[in-house]
Order: sequence, then structure tokens, then C-alpha cells
Amino acid sequence: MVDQQIVLRAEGLSKKFGQLEVTREVSISLPRGARHALIGPNGAGKTTLINLLTGQLQPDGGRIALEGDDITGLAPAARVRRGLSRTFQINTLFPDLTPLEAVTLAVLERKRSAGQFWKRLAGHDETIEEGYAILTQLGLGEVATRTTRTLSYGQQRLLEIALALAARPRVLLLDEPAAGVPKDESAALFQVIAALPADISVLFIEHDMDIVFKFASRIIVLVGGGVLLEADPETVRSDRRVREVYLGHGHG
Amino acid sequence: MTTPVTTPMTTPGAAQVEPRDWLRRRSRWSPFEIVFWLAALLPFLVLPTYLPLANQVAIAALFALSVDLILGYAGIVTLGHAMFFGLGAYFAGVISVRGWGEPITGLLAAGLFAGIIGFIVSFLITRVQHLALIMVTLGLGFLTYELANAMHWLTGGTDGLRGISTWPVLGQFRFDMWGYTAYAYSLAVLFICFLLSRRLVNSAFGLALRGIRENVKRMPAIGADHKKHLRLVYAISAAIAGLAGGLLAQTTNTVALDSLSFERSADVVVMLILGGTGRLYGAILGTIIFLVARDQLAGINPQYWYFGIGLLLMLVVLFMPKGILGFLARLVERRN
Repeated sequence: MVDQQIVLRAEGLSKKFGQLEVTREVSISLPRGARHALIGPNGAGKTTLINLLTGQLQPDGGRIALEGDDITGLAPAARVRRGLSRTFQINTLFPDLTPLEAVTLAVLERKRSAGQFWKRLAGHDETIEEGYAILTQLGLGEVATRTTRTLSYGQQRLLEIALALAARPRVLLLDEPAAGVPKDESAALFQVIAALPADISVLFIEHDMDIVFKFASRIIVLVGGGVLLEADPETVRSDRRVREVYLGHGHG
Repeated sequence: MTTPVTTPMTTPGAAQVEPRDWLRRRSRWSPFEIVFWLAALLPFLVLPTYLPLANQVAIAALFALSVDLILGYAGIVTLGHAMFFGLGAYFAGVISVRGWGEPITGLLAAGLFAGIIGFIVSFLITRVQHLALIMVTLGLGFLTYELANAMHWLTGGTDGLRGISTWPVLGQFRFDMWGYTAYAYSLAVLFICFLLSRRLVNSAFGLALRGIRENVKRMPAIGADHKKHLRLVYAISAAIAGLAGGLLAQTTNTVALDSLSFERSADVVVMLILGGTGRLYGAILGTIIFLVARDQLAGINPQYWYFGIGLLLMLVVLFMPKGILGFLARLVERRN
């Protein structure tokens, strides 16, 4: 654990919305294969931090490096192409496409061949197979050819992850992957996340502390836009400040 | 709870279709399509007096097809696409007036010209969305119209462009006064462009366009440079619109300012919505309905024929939200 390679590193990230400091001097680093959880009370700035890391928002200060390269100024799509992928807290899918089409599209974009207008889609054999393999891996094989809008909510949450995986990410940022999913199903959903390839570094936001303690190897506690504590689950569990600001509010 | 979120997919199941076959089946030719294109030949046999109208329909259908690519597939709402139609018409007309009346090269040059202008304009188009987008397309349409109006020395201004003479197609077929050659020529161009558009919408690029239409916010998150896709389809659409305009110039030997008019931009959107957006045939069917209705309504009352169009448009939008073709497709699906 001492000399792990850092894949994603953020240093001194800050962001203000008007007078409100939503992110203050946040520095985090994700080693290869990490399973880190990002927790904190509502309004702590968790989603904002993800938006800063993925480029939906530009920071007012600080820098972000992916595999040692500075990506602070890159557009979201360019970051995805470099291997920094995300999912959304609120389903952000293609309602009238089938999962097969959606994931195939994501694979096509990764291969930079989505601009090919002269070749039939059905002719992209390997791409389609790869898209289908991702769907079966997540248990969506049987609904691959149904319209996305007709899928169950839990299946749509899985499709969120499937789309992110199609980019072959080195870092995967999951913004409340189990948001809105019943408790018994969310554990199953996290089994899927735990089974992701070991070389993908995962950072996930989750409110259910049982799940966090079960699946995270390390926990980052965000309060008021800043990092209160970053430690292993045992330390976080026994930390008095964390109890006060977070667990004390009836969450665990 | 009906299905658990995670069913380990080790058994593909016997009924499961191969994903590739499923995608292939979606782009297969249906018998309806073959019947449709055969029916397009009927005016030669049974309605020779209507050949000029059939020619107008083919040209307008090609124009509507170009708008369907951007509006129906990529979700770019435009009220100024006559800009490219008119540019193609004037380009084909002017080179004929200046001495080059060979139709096929002239037409390709007109399409290329409109496509290049479309590509340049696309950088502006992809910067704006929603109402601003509609206003920008509208504004560009007005600019082009007045530019053509002001450049009297080139375009003939309000008098129209005169002195176009189009040479026989392939050196063989003269443009006759009954419209046999005109319709055959326009129909051939329409069919070729339809085949190309059909391939385009069934390609990886077509899927990317549908992705943009379905959720533009997700596109960057899957690593897509969606503005690049939009620029490409906009240029292709402009080129096809230019071909349609070029056909009008070559088959009628006149170009008037109305080829650039707002009415033409608005009418083509009405045609598309009548037929149904995002299905190619909707563009063609909508055009037929619009122009035949106009022809008939103008016969009843030449002054107020837009009344009937307005009524038709409202009925379709209210009761057939996916257009007449979308409505028919649903009937067929239900029967099966």
C-alpha cells in the first residue's frame, strides 16, 4: 500500500458560486485499483467535486492530473477519451435508444469511428460484440434490444455504469450509483461495482454507510466544501468529528 | 419487484437474438419501400399532364430530405434552410448563364458550393441552441435573401435570373416541355440522395446523431465531440439542399428570389412535420401531401389555400404527433 501509483490527483481545487465556497482547497489522490468512497452531508460539495474532476465545471484554483498529465483545462469529452469516466446521480441516458445501441455508440466514440457515415452500423462487428459483452457483464444482456425508457429503474442505473465502462476508463467516478434504488437491490448493484476490473480506480458517492464501509477501501469525508478527513474505514468509523458532522445526523 | 437488477448473465437464452442480426434487421429494405419507389414511376404512365408537378414534388422532397437529416435526426431546428436551396439554385443557374450548361457537373458543383457554405455556417450553428438557434437560422436566411436581392448584376435581383439553358442530360436527353426528362432527372437525383441518406442514418454516424437528439448532455460523457458530428451533418444537409435548388434551376431554367424565401424555409418544415420527422420517408410523404393539397386547394380557391394547409397541420400535430407516416407505422405495428 505504500508505493501505489497515483492515477488521478487533484491539488488545491477551489470553486466559488458567487460568495459561496463550494469547494475549498481539496486535494485527493486515487491510486490504481482504488475503491474510494466520497461521503459527506448534503451540500458538502460532493457532486461539485465530481463535476470539477470531470470538467463539467472549471475550478477557480488548483490543478488536476490524470496519469501525471495536467488535464485541468481539458473539455469533458477529452477527459473521457483519456480514461476519466463518470456516471450521473440522475439518469442521463438516451431514452429512445436501446441499451445495445447506446453502449455501441459509446464504444464507437471511444474508437473514434462514430463519424463513419458510409459504413453500415451492423458492419461494425467487433464494436457491437464489445458493447453487448459490457451489457451481459452487467446483467443487461436480456434487455439489450429493448427501448431504454421501458427498462426498470435499477436496470437504467446499471446502464449508466455500462455507458461509462464503454469508454474503457482508468478512473471511474460514480455519483450515487444506487440513488433511488431500494436497499436490498443497491447491495446487489454494488456487487457489480466491486466486480469491476481491478485496474480501474473507482471513486463513488454513497449515503448508505453500511455499503460504504463494506465496499470502500478508503473514505474521503467532505464537509462544507473541504476535506475533513481521508482515512481507512475503521479510522473514519471511530473518528469523533465524523460522528458529529455526519453520522450523528441519523445516518448510520 | 419484477426483475432483480443483477441477473448474472451466463445463459444467453435460446430466444435471444444475435445483437448484430438485430441491428441488421432494423436497416433491412421493407416491401413498402420497394412499392413506394415503383409507384414513383407511375406519373410517366398514367399522369403525364402532371409531370411538371411530379418534378416539383421530387425537388421539394429532396429538399425536405435534407432538412430531415438535421431536424429529424440531429435535432437542429431550422427556419432558414432555403438559404442552401437558393444558393444551389443560383449557383447552377449562374454557371449556366455564364456558358456552362452541362447539367450533371453543374448540379454537383451547386451541391458542393452549398455544402461548403453550410460547413462554414455550421461553426455558428453549433454554438447556439433552442430559440437562439432558430433565430440564427432565420437571420442567415434573411441575410442571404437580401444579398441575392442586392447583387442584381449576378442574380438578376427581383427580376429573377434569366438566360439559363441546360444542355441535354448525358448529351442525350433534352429537357422537353412536357417534363419527361425533368422528372426522370429529378427522380434519379432524389433516389440517389435517398440511398445515401439511408446509408447515413443506418451508419455509426446516424446512431451518433440519434444520440445527440436523445440526450446531448450525455454525449461529452461518452467522449463524443458532438459538435463535430453536428457540423458534418449540417454540411451534408446543406449540400443536399443545394442539389435540390440546382435541380429547380436546371429543370425550370429560371431562378427567382423566392427560392431563398422564408416561405420556402417554413414550408419545408411543415412538409416534414406533416409526414413525420426522423424517418426519411416522412419527408417524401409530407412533401407529396403538401404539394398535392396545395395544387387541389389552389384549384378550389387560389387566394386562401393556406387555410387548408393550416387546418391540416393542426390536425396532424394534435392527433398524429409523429406525423402521418408515424401514425401509419403504428397502425401496421398494431396489426402485427
